[in-house]
Amino acid sequence: MSTTTLPTERAAEPARRRPRIAERLLMSEYLVLALTVLYVLILWPIVPSIATRATMLDVLAAMMPLLVVAIGQTFVLIVAGIDLSAPSILATASVVGASMMTDDGGFALASGIPILAGIVAFVAVGLLIGLFNGLCTTRLGMPAFIVTLTTMMFFSGFALFYTAALTDDGSSFGDLPASFVAIGQGTVAGVPYSLGVAAVVMGVAHLVLSRTVFGRWLYAIGRNPRAAAISGVPVRRAVTWAFVISGLCAAIASVLYTGRLETGTPVLGQRILLDIVGSAVIGGVSLFGGTGKVTQTLYGVLFLSVVDKGLQLLGLDLASVFAIKGLVILLAAVLDALRRRLILRA
Amino acid sequence: MNDTEAQPAFFAAEGLCKSFFGVQVLHDMTFSLHPGQVLGLVGENGSGKSTTMNIMGGVLPMDAGRMTLDGADYRPRGPRDAESRGIAFIHQELNLFRNLTVAENLFIAGFPKLARGLPFIDRAKVRVRTQELLSSVDLDVAPNTPVSRLSQGERQLVEIAKALGSNARIIIFDEPTTSLTTREIERLFDIIGRLRRQGIAIIYISHILGDVLRLCDDIVVLRDGHRVGRAPRAEMTVERMISLMVGRTIDQIYPPRDPPMSPGAPVLEVRGLSQRGIVKNIGFDLRAGEVLGLSGLMGAGRSELARILFGMDPHETGQVRVGSTAMTTLSPANCMAHGMAFLTEDRRAEGLMMEASIADNVALASLPQFGRTWMRLIDRTRLGDEVARVSASVQIKAPDLQRTLVKNLSGGNQQKAVIGKWLLHKPSVFILDEPTRGIDVGAKYEVYKIVNRLAAEGAGVLFISSEIEELTGMCDRILVMAHGEIRAEFARAAFDREAILRAAMWHGIKEVA
Repeated sequence: MSTTTLPTERAAEPARRRPRIAERLLMSEYLVLALTVLYVLILWPIVPSIATRATMLDVLAAMMPLLVVAIGQTFVLIVAGIDLSAPSILATASVVGASMMTDDGGFALASGIPILAGIVAFVAVGLLIGLFNGLCTTRLGMPAFIVTLTTMMFFSGFALFYTAALTDDGSSFGDLPASFVAIGQGTVAGVPYSLGVAAVVMGVAHLVLSRTVFGRWLYAIGRNPRAAAISGVPVRRAVTWAFVISGLCAAIASVLYTGRLETGTPVLGQRILLDIVGSAVIGGVSLFGGTGKVTQTLYGVLFLSVVDKGLQLLGLDLASVFAIKGLVILLAAVLDALRRRLILRA
Repeated sequence: MNDTEAQPAFFAAEGLCKSFFGVQVLHDMTFSLHPGQVLGLVGENGSGKSTTMNIMGGVLPMDAGRMTLDGADYRPRGPRDAESRGIAFIHQELNLFRNLTVAENLFIAGFPKLARGLPFIDRAKVRVRTQELLSSVDLDVAPNTPVSRLSQGERQLVEIAKALGSNARIIIFDEPTTSLTTREIERLFDIIGRLRRQGIAIIYISHILGDVLRLCDDIVVLRDGHRVGRAPRAEMTVERMISLMVGRTIDQIYPPRDPPMSPGAPVLEVRGLSQRGIVKNIGFDLRAGEVLGLSGLMGAGRSELARILFGMDPHETGQVRVGSTAMTTLSPANCMAHGMAFLTEDRRAEGLMMEASIADNVALASLPQFGRTWMRLIDRTRLGDEVARVSASVQIKAPDLQRTLVKNLSGGNQQKAVIGKWLLHKPSVFILDEPTRGIDVGAKYEVYKIVNRLAAEGAGVLFISSEIEELTGMCDRILVMAHGEIRAEFARAAFDREAILRAAMWHGIKEVA
């Protein structure tokens, strides 16, 4: 390698080193996609069912809610923040929304439009918690980590309390209207509705991040908040919006999950925090802020969901699945650090 | 007083040279020290004082030259090495751990242990030794006092005690009096006198020429990295120091400038602007087509004033008008909306997104102008065209505006990217804080041309610089700040580098008078 770099070092221009193949692969956006394919190929001989149409559709349907939350998380990660409260938003929105429209005495049954009222409740919960996170972070200057950690604890507890207080068995809101359940379970020509919802969210998020003034502002804030502020970027407002969007996405995901499970439950999303942040980072959204695309998050979610499915098909118990997923996310974080080092060196 | 001269020099520096990025900042620096001598070092900002001291203190390596200590070669590998050889450097920004106690600070480099090889600190010994050291600098505080509770002057005494604790034989003071009260200064001078009687050599760097004259046995004057004078105190006066510092340098070349025939309308009016401890009662007008210089020593409040004007720092009283608008709130966004632009002195931390492309950086301040009404989608074609036009007009040299990252550019091209960012915004008031710092001569010339063009197009430019020469070459008028106030104003016909420097050093001269 050193011999090939010698001639360029003599050049007057800053030396442009041709990156090694390993480096190019590491820097590639499609690295995770390649890894996903590789993973499937490796598992194929052992569990042939991994490559069937049924399994693929199953994985797709299962990953849509996660994709929607992770897209929201991407907005926050881009401004170098983090939103740990997403799982608690899922849970709170789920129980509050379900309590509106459950046939078993829902609050909004009398209104005649219980499903609409329920969905408004989902969205309102997401927006409000997101707004609270955003305002605490930007107006009080608190670290996003602490703000969202505490909102997560509070609202996880709140969801449990709310359910215990309002239901007979104290564990969940059942008897949801059939047309609501269809949002999570229904299909059109074999394609799940949830896929359509997620696709719309993805499309809008992609447009916002890559093509709008607001999107460019978010990247600028993640790269250098001081330079952004001096250049007239409304840093605090934009960061607040990032948290609100994250809350909104969590609420939409909650609708999909709740419909899929047919119940509003306070333990919804209890274990997916690591999946949310992890899949974004695996996809290449940097925890240091300033970089990341919606497509990268998609690849990350796909990878994690495929890994998950593969481990299930292998018949591993839950504990092993967790341990292995943890390792995978750790590896992704290591890759992120390596990538950053390469960028700094380049 | 001069009995020390009989003693031979124990430290000597000969022909020290240093270059940064191909620019030589120190030429053949030579001086020597003997025990008990107080050597004063004076010169303008950037004249090479700090570089010399950083070489001596092991912070920077020298390019050429030789230093000897006790007749042997002295080539410090780092600050720790310099300290262990008995050379202590007391920086302007004190280097104490504010969260730790006085005793902990004194022994941070190595605590005495209860027994060799054991990790336990001998607390009794620490306390006794701390008390000894503190009494040697007349500081009457308990060893376990947290440094955060001490005043600036007391902290400085702790630094001196620390130097004594490491058996320093040479103590370098860099602007030690800037944040001290009059009484603390007196105490510091008493202690310096005591140190010299103990045979410790002192190097004293200060802008306060009166103090230098009073305190130092010998005075060395630097200009542009050259030693331009050395004389014992008896042969030195404040006047002579100033004229040596200014000197006559080969005139740098500035692009020809046609000053506006008649002054334009004011584009920036400032009245009675104050912020306690920062700036005091600032008032001036900047007119369309004018390049107004702002001179002053480091810490005079120039950058602070600029930051207040652009709404980055608060102010207590005062009015600011931009164009025809009386500004009610100053914030970067509001100032920009009224046509202001601000190039900060720290382009890496505040001007640029280092890991973004040139195009992204140039576009940053003007994005809303390229948003279509629906969702504020960016008109990428128009933005791309405009970014390319501006980048060409400031002559950014890079292979690809969209792909080349700013961090891979030279300092000059980085600065042009920041300027391009603001030009895209079409400013009518442009504040430039040290726009040519750290860029090469060619790029400087190009920056000057851009400034002239802006003024010719009717913008008002507030040009902040530490180089008086640059200001006299570029400006129509120069304001001089000292201690947060505007001390003097010079019209182009009356530009006089010596008079400008004198005004900037007003405080130092007042002390003598």
